[in-house]
This record gives sequence, C-alpha cells and structure tokens, in this order.
Amino acid sequence: MSSQTRALIIVGAVILVLIVLLNTFYIVSETNQVIITQFGEPIGDAITSPGLHLKAPFIQKSNYFEKRWLEWDGDANEIPTKDKKYIWVDTYARWRISDPLVFFQRVRDERGAQSRIDDIIDGETRNAIANFDLIEIVRSTNREFEITEETEILELASIIPKIETGREKIAQIILENSSLNTPELGVELKDVQIKRINYVDEVQRKQFDRMISERQRIASKYRSEGDGKSAEIRGQKERELKKIQSEAYRTAQEIKGKADAEATQIYADAYNRDPEFYQFMKTLEIYRTIMDKETWLLLSTDSEFLKYLKSTAKQ
Amino acid sequence: MSNDFPSMEIRLPKIKPGVIKIAIAAVIALILLFGSFYQISPEEMGVILRFGKFVRTTDPGLHLKLPLGIEQLRKVPVQRQLKLEFGFRTERPGIRTEYRVTPDTKKEARMLTGDLNVADVEWIVQYKIEDPYKYLFKIRDAESTFRYMNEAIVRKIVGDNSVDEVITVGRARMALEVKEELQKLCDLYEIGIEVNQLIFQDVNPPEPVKPSFNEVNEALQEKERKINEAWAEYNQEIPKAQGVAEQTIRAAEGYATERVNNAEGDANRFINIYREYARAPLVTRKRLYLEAINDILPKMNKKIIFDERQKNILPLLNLGEEVKNE
Repeated sequence: MSSQTRALIIVGAVILVLIVLLNTFYIVSETNQVIITQFGEPIGDAITSPGLHLKAPFIQKSNYFEKRWLEWDGDANEIPTKDKKYIWVDTYARWRISDPLVFFQRVRDERGAQSRIDDIIDGETRNAIANFDLIEIVRSTNREFEITEETEILELASIIPKIETGREKIAQIILENSSLNTPELGVELKDVQIKRINYVDEVQRKQFDRMISERQRIASKYRSEGDGKSAEIRGQKERELKKIQSEAYRTAQEIKGKADAEATQIYADAYNRDPEFYQFMKTLEIYRTIMDKETWLLLSTDSEFLKYLKSTAKQ
Repeated sequence: MSNDFPSMEIRLPKIKPGVIKIAIAAVIALILLFGSFYQISPEEMGVILRFGKFVRTTDPGLHLKLPLGIEQLRKVPVQRQLKLEFGFRTERPGIRTEYRVTPDTKKEARMLTGDLNVADVEWIVQYKIEDPYKYLFKIRDAESTFRYMNEAIVRKIVGDNSVDEVITVGRARMALEVKEELQKLCDLYEIGIEVNQLIFQDVNPPEPVKPSFNEVNEALQEKERKINEAWAEYNQEIPKAQGVAEQTIRAAEGYATERVNNAEGDANRFINIYREYARAPLVTRKRLYLEAINDILPKMNKKIIFDERQKNILPLLNLGEEVKNE
C-alpha cells in the first residue's frame, strides 16, 4: 500500500467513526425531551434529563419534543350567554407535553396537538359560557363600585346583579372539563384564561345606545341639579332679603315707638300741671297758625275783644 | 472562520511539511481560543449549557467556556427595562413620539366593564427578566405569553370596576391591582419576569359614546356655572340690603332723638311759661290772649265788625262772589 492509499484509509476510517459517534450520542437540552424509536417503534420511557445520551446508532432514532410550557391561543368564538347575549370569547391556555410517548402516538407533533386542543377547549368554553349570565363572565368578585356622583345617579349598586360564580371560577371550570380529555393526548393543561370578551357588533350597538342614554340621564340630572341649586340659592337670598328688611323695619318702628312714648310721657308730665292752661296756650298757638290774610274775621261787638268798643267800664 | 478553512487546505501541498503542522496547530489553537472566550455586556447575563444541560450563569465581563459546542452560551438582557404596549404601538420614539393604532391594537384595547359597559383601555407594562433560567427553560414564547397574561388580568380587573372608575377615579388603584395580580400570575407560571410598573395610558369610552360623555362634562360645568351665578347674585344683593337696613334703623334713631328732644323742648318751654303764669294767672292769661290777637289780626285782610244785635249778617256778605274773584 502506498502512503497515499494508507492516508485515504485512515481518513475514511476517521470519518466513519465520526458518523457512528454522531449517531450514537444525542443531546437532550433543557428545553426538550426525547423518545427513542427503533424502526418507528418507541423504546422505553421518555428521556427528560438534559445532557449527553447514548443510543444504538442507525437503528434507533431520537424524536425531540418540547419540555417547556407551551402557549395555546384560541380563535375568538361567538357564543350566546345564558341570558342570550351574544359575545366574542377569546381564551388562551398553557399546556405541555406531559407524556411524550402518548403524545407521539396520538398526535405526532405540536401542530396535531394544537388542533385537538382547539377542539377541546373551544367546546368546553362554549359549554361553560352558555351556562352563565354575562355578568358572571365579566366579573370576578362582588366588589362594590366606588361611589361617584355618576354611579349614584345611575343607582348602579341596585341594578348590577350579584354574581355567584365569576370569571375566575368559570375559567377554572373550562380548565377542569378540558383537562378530562387532554391526558389521552399526552398533554397536560395548566390553566385556561379568558383573554377577551366583547359584544358582537349588533349587541355592541345596543350597548352603546344604552351608554349614551345613561350619560344623558347623568347630564340632565346635572342640569336640573344646577337649576335646583341655583333656585335654592335665590330662595335663600329672597328669604334673607325679607328678613333683613323686615328686621330693619321692626327695629325702626320700635325705636320710633319708644321715642313717641317717651315724648308722650314728657308732654303729659309737663301739661298735666295745668291742662286747662295748656289748652289755652295751644289754642292761641293754633289761632296763629290757621289764621292768615285769607281769613275773614267777623267780629261781633259782644266778643271779649271788642267789649271795650262799647264800654270801657271794668267788668 | 470555517469558510476560510478549505482554501487553506488547497494550498497545503506547496508548503513544507513542518510549516503545515505548525499552521494546522495554530489554526486549531485559534478556533479553540475564539470558541472559549466570550464577553457579557453590563446589561446582560450569560447562561451556559453543557451538552444542553444548564450548568451556570455568568455576570458581565470576559469569561471562558468549553469550545466546540460542548458548552453553549445564551445571553439574556436581565438589566434592561423591557416594555410592552397594549392598544397602540410606538411608531417612532423621539421628542414627538409617533403612535400607531391599527384594528388589531383597537381589539386589544376594547373591553367590558363591571357595569357591562364598554371602554377602550390602553396601557403599557414595564418589566425585567428576573430569572433567566425560568425565562428560557420553563416556558416557550415567554414574551407572547406575558402579553396574553396582561390582556387577561387587565380585563379581569376592569371587569370588576364600573366604567366611571375605569375612566376616571379608579385608574391608579386599578394599575396597582393589575400589577400585583400580574406578578402573582408570573410567579405561578414561573415565567421569570418581574413586573416593574403598569401604567394606564388613554382610557376612553368607545368613539360613538364619547360625545355623550362630553355632554356630561358640559352639564357639570353648566351646573357649576348656574350655582356660581346664583351665589354672585346673592353676594351682590345681600350686603346692599344690609346697608339699606342699617340706614332705616339709623333714620329711626334720628327720628327718636328728634322726637324726644322736641318733646323736652316743648315741655320745658311750657313749664317755664306755666311757672310764670302760676304766679299771676289772670293777667298773664289776658296778656297772652292779647298778644295773640295782636299777632293775628293784622294779618287778616277782611275784618268785619258788626253789632251784636245784628243777627243776620251773613246773607249780606257776598261770600260766593269773593271766592270766585280769587
């Protein structure tokens, strides 16, 4: 053998050994698990521990499956609730390949699994949603709404019914019922969550109308409150005006009355000394006031004043 | 580097065997060297897998690992503040950041409130990868799962609040609640994410309903305006009335003072006169009488004196004529 042939043989042998080695060792990563098949027939349990592993070369094949939690995102479904409201329900779930062997036998790969999970969860979602009123699906607790002026006007507390089950428990029901069917696919469901709920268009339009009318109620309440409150203030103003004016009148009259009384007393005290003289004085004063140049004086000679005209005799 | 390899082999025969050996050794050494050193930047953490098995994490800096694919490196940006947006997408960040809203993001934002109304809620969540091991190996598509979790939790919380709370008073409280629940769910899912902050952005009633919400605001302002106007009127008229009242009372007091003073004046005058009169009543009486006559008579234009026996004087006087002439 020439040295060239020898070199070729060596190279060939090295390559052969390499190929065999590569086919003997396989790597299981943190993210996956392996089923070994021999001529398509699964051999032994799934290999889940990460690291370097051995198998028989060529006749055995390593089939990789995801070990991590996987996501499932369903399409939105139009579903009527128990109280006949049509809504779109969109769920998501987390699942994993819990039994790679069964998984491998039943659904082959993830794509197959996804479509089976679609069927299971969509069906259970339908069942669950149709069994509950809309409010049960929307709310999780019976938390009281914070009281704002708006909620008071709408009397929400009395309108919104109390829930018995709630969103979380309904999701739980979907999960539990779906989980009954997934083990036979080698699949474990971890949880199902209701991602989105929306009204279908027609219901939504009606809902918008309701919202608009609610707001209009609030607006007109505010307006009438404005009218009411301002009327109240005006009323209060009128009342206080009347009070101020009447109190002033009363006080003024009292003051005047008191003064009149005092004056009357003063006059009485003074004039009581000789009422007749007062009458005489006052009468004279009145004469002075009422008699002026327009007054005709008809004096008879038998008057006191003219008596001296007839006689100067002392009387 | 492996691409350069074949071209080197082609040139092999032309070079001396000794040099070839050295060259091969050098190339192998280089490959091993470059495959062994790796660098982790300050915001990252390195995760080392040996034959697919997790063996260690490394901090920022220059490190060594086993080459030739025995140890593999995954870099995870643990220090970086990551952000997800819901209901909108930032188109171009900058001083005037541009946002984009598509039918898809609109669907993200639309949700039902606890009073069965509808609101459009936009929010962002800021988070960090807290545990690279969990983030990489416990869950696939951690980020998109995290998106779903966000959508579910925000809707759950909004579903327990009235539309008014969602739009106005409850925002800060709800953001905290969502953050807490989201963190709980992250822990439950072992997703390796730490939620730093959740912020509600625009939270609005749906477009067709918006005008009626504005109407409420207007009505509220109208209400306040009316009340303010009424108070303004009140504040304008009451002090004035109080002034007028004060004036009335003062005037009455003036009247009172005047009345009493006048009375006292009159009384004193009378008393003084009376004192003198009491001493000589008869003559004083006459004097007073005559003084009065003296004052009065000159003022009168018509003075008619008739005899006491003449009883029927009136018919003689043309009284009617006199009055007419005036």
